[in-house]
Amino acid sequence: MRLLGSLLLCLCIPAALAAEANAPKLDVGKGGECVKDTQWMRKNHMHMLKHQRNETVRKGVRVEAEAFKACVECHASTSDNSVTAREDSFCVGCHRYAAVKIDCFECHASKRKEALAKKETK
Amino acid sequence: MVDLSKLYSMNRLYYVLLAIGGLAVLGGAYAVLMMEHHGHIISGMNNQIVWGMPHVFAIFLIVAASGVLNVASIGSVFGKAVYKARAPLASLLSIAMLAGGLAVLMLDLGRPDRIIVAATNYNLTSVFAWNVVLYSGMFSLVVVYLWTMMERRMNPFNKAAGLAVFIWRFVLTTGTGLIFAFLTARQAYGSALLPPMFIVLSFAWGLAVFHVVQKVIYAWNEKALDPAILQRTKNLLGVFIVGSLYMVATYHFTNMYFAQQKGFELFILRDGGIYPNLFWWGYVVFGNVLPLLLIYFPGLGKTKCVMIASMLVVLGAFALLYVFIIGGQAYPLNIFPGYEVSSTFADGQIASYTPSIYEFLLGFGGLAIAFLITTVSVRVLNFMPQDKPYISD
Amino acid sequence: MSDIDTQRRQFLKTSAGAAAIAIAPGMMLYQTVRADTAAASSKVRWGMLIDTAQCKEGCNDCVTACNKENGLSGKTGATDSQWIRKIEIKDISNGHTVSLPMMCQHCEHPPCVDVCPTQASFKRADGIVLVDRHLCIGCRYCMMACPYKARSFVHETLTDQNPDVPRGKGTVESCSLCVHRIDKGQIPACAEACQNKAILFGDLNDANSEIYKKVRSAATVQIRADLQLNPGVRYQGL
Repeated sequence: MRLLGSLLLCLCIPAALAAEANAPKLDVGKGGECVKDTQWMRKNHMHMLKHQRNETVRKGVRVEAEAFKACVECHASTSDNSVTAREDSFCVGCHRYAAVKIDCFECHASKRKEALAKKETK
Repeated sequence: MVDLSKLYSMNRLYYVLLAIGGLAVLGGAYAVLMMEHHGHIISGMNNQIVWGMPHVFAIFLIVAASGVLNVASIGSVFGKAVYKARAPLASLLSIAMLAGGLAVLMLDLGRPDRIIVAATNYNLTSVFAWNVVLYSGMFSLVVVYLWTMMERRMNPFNKAAGLAVFIWRFVLTTGTGLIFAFLTARQAYGSALLPPMFIVLSFAWGLAVFHVVQKVIYAWNEKALDPAILQRTKNLLGVFIVGSLYMVATYHFTNMYFAQQKGFELFILRDGGIYPNLFWWGYVVFGNVLPLLLIYFPGLGKTKCVMIASMLVVLGAFALLYVFIIGGQAYPLNIFPGYEVSSTFADGQIASYTPSIYEFLLGFGGLAIAFLITTVSVRVLNFMPQDKPYISD
Repeated sequence: MSDIDTQRRQFLKTSAGAAAIAIAPGMMLYQTVRADTAAASSKVRWGMLIDTAQCKEGCNDCVTACNKENGLSGKTGATDSQWIRKIEIKDISNGHTVSLPMMCQHCEHPPCVDVCPTQASFKRADGIVLVDRHLCIGCRYCMMACPYKARSFVHETLTDQNPDVPRGKGTVESCSLCVHRIDKGQIPACAEACQNKAILFGDLNDANSEIYKKVRSAATVQIRADLQLNPGVRYQGL
């Protein structure tokens, strides 16, 4: 049994290495750590966003740091101000890699507020 | 010696029919894809006419689906042998039309991808939410009912299942009527008469659809329907037509009686262009008067006449629903009684609506789903009515 | 109980204590942040009083401000969204004309909330009627139910929405009373934009607010009061 386990584990190592090698290189924008550490966010951001969305929309609780637009504000690319515009944009890059479809940006702005404001004045 | 060539050609015809149905379903699927990609901008619907052609198709299918069960109920609940022999076919038609109607209704949503939300977030005060339960309940009940008829060991439960279906279908049509009856702000709707009106309409529409399908199946199997049986069901259709005409007339008369609704009634019945035309010609003349003549006029009332009458009833149903759903929204909402109003949002104006090809594709897709389910089921299972030598009961 | 068990318990106790000490400052910080952003309170009932005598025919400032604030196109085609619109009404019996803005009336008993199958239409504790677009399936039943025609359906794909006002294709939307501004302590864009101060915004429950005093001193009406929906938007001079 143990042998089988270790064999499986051995098989996983190259897979994990390969995954690491193929992992998308993301344009993390300004990045940083305002809510939780990177690993936690990778694993749990969707739960946090969903919780946050219900709190904000239905109860009116607005926590600045956890707001969707705050995520975009920090993680939008510093070159094009977007989290979705390019293959390696923060949200799109990883979601494409993980093959998880998101529909957030059908409604939510995918760009920094200042970028949108600038566009308006042009 | 069996004539095989005949069998082959029938077989070929069956696949041709399947292909036609399949094509229509594909057309519907194409419309759904286009509508999901571009949004409802490519439909004729807008912010004034929010429910359009797809809803006409969907509501027809759903109302007829509950109505066709009447045939089964008369057999199972009231014990009439002629109808009992037709209960399986009626149940099958009901399932098929319900599936078609619901498909249209769901695929017309702005976000059909989120349909699961309707099950996870349930609003107890919403008639739509009730209908989600009513429709799915009906589906399963009718399946059980079919099971009790087609599986010998389940036969003892047939009566109970039949009764349950009978009650459920009344509640279901009431629910369909209530969708509109609860819209108190709109002149066209918000009437307690609507649920009973829809129930009576369902009787006529369901039986009409049943007549057509039955005729086709008999022709397919090269059997002739006993004229005495047709005599009975055609008279029933006549009674239902008179009943539904009465309900529709009462609905309009009560509206005329309320001063607030008078403008709306004049619009629908006299001044509204396409709507009074569809109402008087489409619904009253072609959907009711002609069928009644075909059924009752001395010398008429033969198989062909009943067939044409049934098809006309279905046509009339579409005309009535178009007037009811779209005409009802086209007439401006009375926000300021006693005032003349104007705005950029069509206040005080008759809303215009031109259904787009996609809406028709979607609607016919729904009909095609019902058609395919029926055609395949009739071929693989035995839904042919098995009449004993006719005894009047 | 074995020795190991006792040891394990001891260890767990200590580490739990240590963890609590480590987390406590963070928790406290978290809570102070939270206090500034409290949930909408049911003690508040946001509303508006529109003085039609001050509302000028032909003036469209409230509409323009709304469009800009909420990122609407401003187009008025049959499929374009309009959250607020100017209505000109004329008394049929005497020809008296009045101009007024019409938008979601933020009813106490909103029909849109009653009919919504998925609870996407909802009323916030402070009386604001909203659409939760995460739940909206786009059935448009609320549009059929609304006596004021306050709602619009998004017929097309949208891009570059205002980050404060997410909105998108296939869902229904309407005046949110500029909820994102209210939560920041600001007043709705239309009320701010009106040069004649025809739109008075405030808390209908707050005895010290101007709107509270005014609805008690002046003759105000609710539109379609016969439906007994108790809208939060009142009109003066109708």
